[in-house]
Amino acid sequence: MPDTHTLVNEFVIKLKKRKIEGSQATARQTAELLRSVISQQRIPYTNQAGALIDAINAVGEQLISANHVELAVGNIVRRVLHIIREEDLSLATAAIAGLNLSGVSDDEDDDERDHPVLSAAAVAAAARSTLRPPSLQTLLEDMPDPAAVPQTSSSGGDSDGKSKSADKSSRSRKLKHDVIEAVNELIQDIATCHEQIAEQAVEHIHQNEVILTLGSSKTVMEFLCAAKEKKRSFRVFVAEGAPRYQGHVLAKELVARGLQTTLITDSAVFAMISRVNMVIVGAHAVMANGGVIAPVGLNMVALAAQRHAVPFVVLAGSHKLCPLYPHNPEVLLNELRSPSELLDFGEFSDCMDFGSATGSPLLHVVNPTFDYVPPKLVSLFITDTGGHNPSYMYRLIADYYSADDLVVQRRPASGN
Amino acid sequence: MDPRRAPRSVIDPKVRQVGFFTPGAPPDRAQSGPPEPSSSPPVSNMSPSGNSLSPVMIPPPRHASDSFVTSRPGHYPAIPLSPLRRPSGGESIPVGSYNASEFFPGTSPTTVASSYVSNKMVDGEFSEDVMPSSSPGWLRRSDSGRIVSSFPGGGFDLTAVKPSNFAASPLTTVSVVNMPPGLSEKAGGASVELQNERPASSKPLKQKTSKAERRALQESQRAAKAAANGTAEVNKATAAAAFGAVTSVNAKPAKSVKPPSQKKETASVVASEKKGGDRPPEKDRKKEVPHPRMQFDDKSRVEKAKRRAVVKQTEARNRVELFRHLPQYEHGTQLPDLESKFFQLDPMHPAVYKVGLQYLAGDISGGNARCIAMLQAFQEAIKDYSTPPEKALVRDLTARISSFVSFFSECRPLSISMGNAIRFLKSRIAKLPLTLSESEAKGILQSDIDRFISEKIILADKVIVRHAVTKIRDGDVLLTYGSSSAVEMILVHAHELGKQFRVVIVDSRPKLEGQLLLRRLVGKGISCSYTHINAVSYIMHEVTRVFLGASSVLSNGTVYSRVGTACVAMVAHAFRVPVLVCCEAYKFHERVQLDSICSNELGDPNVISKIRGRKDINYLDDWANSENLQLLNLIYDATPSDYVSMIITDYGMVPPTSVPVIVREYRREHLWI
Repeated sequence: MPDTHTLVNEFVIKLKKRKIEGSQATARQTAELLRSVISQQRIPYTNQAGALIDAINAVGEQLISANHVELAVGNIVRRVLHIIREEDLSLATAAIAGLNLSGVSDDEDDDERDHPVLSAAAVAAAARSTLRPPSLQTLLEDMPDPAAVPQTSSSGGDSDGKSKSADKSSRSRKLKHDVIEAVNELIQDIATCHEQIAEQAVEHIHQNEVILTLGSSKTVMEFLCAAKEKKRSFRVFVAEGAPRYQGHVLAKELVARGLQTTLITDSAVFAMISRVNMVIVGAHAVMANGGVIAPVGLNMVALAAQRHAVPFVVLAGSHKLCPLYPHNPEVLLNELRSPSELLDFGEFSDCMDFGSATGSPLLHVVNPTFDYVPPKLVSLFITDTGGHNPSYMYRLIADYYSADDLVVQRRPASGN
Repeated sequence: MDPRRAPRSVIDPKVRQVGFFTPGAPPDRAQSGPPEPSSSPPVSNMSPSGNSLSPVMIPPPRHASDSFVTSRPGHYPAIPLSPLRRPSGGESIPVGSYNASEFFPGTSPTTVASSYVSNKMVDGEFSEDVMPSSSPGWLRRSDSGRIVSSFPGGGFDLTAVKPSNFAASPLTTVSVVNMPPGLSEKAGGASVELQNERPASSKPLKQKTSKAERRALQESQRAAKAAANGTAEVNKATAAAAFGAVTSVNAKPAKSVKPPSQKKETASVVASEKKGGDRPPEKDRKKEVPHPRMQFDDKSRVEKAKRRAVVKQTEARNRVELFRHLPQYEHGTQLPDLESKFFQLDPMHPAVYKVGLQYLAGDISGGNARCIAMLQAFQEAIKDYSTPPEKALVRDLTARISSFVSFFSECRPLSISMGNAIRFLKSRIAKLPLTLSESEAKGILQSDIDRFISEKIILADKVIVRHAVTKIRDGDVLLTYGSSSAVEMILVHAHELGKQFRVVIVDSRPKLEGQLLLRRLVGKGISCSYTHINAVSYIMHEVTRVFLGASSVLSNGTVYSRVGTACVAMVAHAFRVPVLVCCEAYKFHERVQLDSICSNELGDPNVISKIRGRKDINYLDDWANSENLQLLNLIYDATPSDYVSMIITDYGMVPPTSVPVIVREYRREHLWI
């Protein structure tokens, strides 16, 4: 598959060179890339899902390691893996239902009523199909057949194998087709999550509200504009968001839409927040514990909001939900940008030079990209599926990701 | 004020006397002055005969610290009294971080600790002081018969206190407590003595009562009312007089150094005070209440002010609604006009004019720099001043200075430090003896200004540096925000001492003053990190101390400073990093402020839309055309006092809660400098 290879390599290089930035752009392009990987992947007769998952894993590993701060890439890879598992599962279910195999299968919702022997717990787990914990067996045996992973019992694997053998030719095409359909839907979702979030704006913004935001986020802009279009009139304070100063863009856009906008410096956030009713910001990624990886400066805003008991609302599309728990995110999930955004090299080049007499430069310039906002500072997440508490994020994430995909890693060859 | 405790004090007539000595009342100007950095006060000066202020208390045998803590008045909740007191036999030595040497470095007589702590003995047991019934200081309710007199002359109040009580409690604690007079809760029976007042304190100055005194008087009256224990008749005059005895040590020559046994003396002092003319009449007191600042949303007054104004400023368009009450003008429009008028302006002295233009153009900024420039301009103006015929120097010069001041404030709103300096100068002018010739008066004023600059600003900075350097250890990472002259001096001095530390400079738009500081520190060979304010929570992990400058410290402990200081302090607080604010005491102000909106200054909004060195960001080039967009360029913000661990000032290192104390003390000091 030279085509996929070149595509993947191109994308990896773009990620490494930071040609693509921003969670939405990376998410969309990752999904498109994975779609083409899937469509070009040759599917064996047996264990098609396993083959697909392996292929995605291999690509995903490269993509994730290319840029560790673009968490959206990993999110999308995991989403696609999850989609494959889901589609495979539903196909297996359909096959089982269609074939009406007796006695053996006890793995799916449809069959539950026919087979009351199942324990209640197993039923619940299967019914939810998203929160399946990895079974002990899976962990111990390294699960040669990934397709069986979603199933809660080993007997499910047996039935799966049988059903596969029953109508493999139709299923092989159908699986791929279904997966591609689902990935298309995912791409669609990524593109439209702004609108879905913005639809909820009127529920959160009232007349004469004073809103503060920092920097610029497309989601936030859409959100505010949606509220404005619904005839709410409110005021917005925009902190400019050094060092990118995207707040200027946002301010300009909001003014064009007729909103009363005041642009303030970042340093004036604390001074102004006492007169603000709500802080609405975008995020770079939302971690499983409800913490937010956000543009730099937001931790300060969140602290100020907490001080003045101002609700701190984070808007995040579902592609920003990351199933990982952060460890030392301020450092490990961060990236330092060029000092030139802060200092003029011409003026300070002599101090920043490593070749100076002492061997180490006297001057360091610190220009981080992200801030970590701990979950206790966040009042509410608004995603395309509605509003959620920070403490609920782990559960929401379980809807989108399968627990087996948390570590995206190419399976050792022996495993397949 | 805790009403619950009121009955106790009222009920019990037996009072344990606690004495408080304020020796070394600043007797003459020569001695007054900011603390000499070099001379740290010897411990011995704690003795009553010493020069520095050493309030001596005779604490009850036990519950000492309790009483202290509990007896604090509500509005000065955290004045750290307790660490100060240490019972010790006879002589005592200040302990704790608020000892005399820190609070009042040097044996400066200007720092009179007028804290009067009183405790009461109830049936041999010490009971906490009672606020509500407390009539501060010297308020005596003669009809209550409880506390009848207190002796300003020092010594113990023997009328109310049985000598045996004293004998029983030999413990004496010397503490330098910066409690303002108004705070001293006298339980009905407690009284305070001033000891060791110098005879020299009889000066013309005594005629003036400081605002602190007057406020103390108010408080005493209030407290007396609160007591409401039947002794309804509070003799105001008595209270005032009595209080004056406490607060202004130099007010009463008569009660100078006296042996402890002087009841009769007191009586006579009180009597003399009653009729004495040195109490401020009521209206005088009113006058002292700070004038409300000009509110620029008051149209009629703005119009009036405009007619008088020298600088014709045009109101900026597109103003932020929230800040209507602050002046905001088009920047840069009036400068050429003023420059052209340089040689025509009649009433304005050229030096004043020049400094005004420098303010306007932003060439002079920073609290100290602006203040010094202004004072020097005044000095020039005074040098060239001659009293017009048929006018008195005092009146005419004051009016002249006022017109200069209003010119300055048209150029740029006055900073609090400048306000304090102006107040100082005006009080100096007002107090000039009428007998002086014009040249003598001018000479005195000029030297006064010189002394203010050198003592209140330059020496104060040196003292601050000496204090602050003790807080820097090897291996520290010090964060500072913007560019503060005091902090810069501290860092440079610490570097000169050979301390190994690293500096993090946090900067913010639009002024980017941090870059200048960075340049200077790197030039001195100090290792620096530079970042912008948004990244402060990233960098705060590695920081061990935060040093901040301040434009002013208000009397509720709020630090009024360059915008962004509050953010830095807040993040430091969240990361449990100590925040040390460095501020000269002359910048303290008795105003209180809770937010950054009621009082602030607005800068040029245009600098917000343009980002230096970033040509790519030009989205808002034509912002003035859009009606919905306002740019807000705040200059200051107010840092809540709970974010501040310590304020380093020329009186030592104090918690923000002690600021009102210093404000009071300092206000009186103006009279003596």
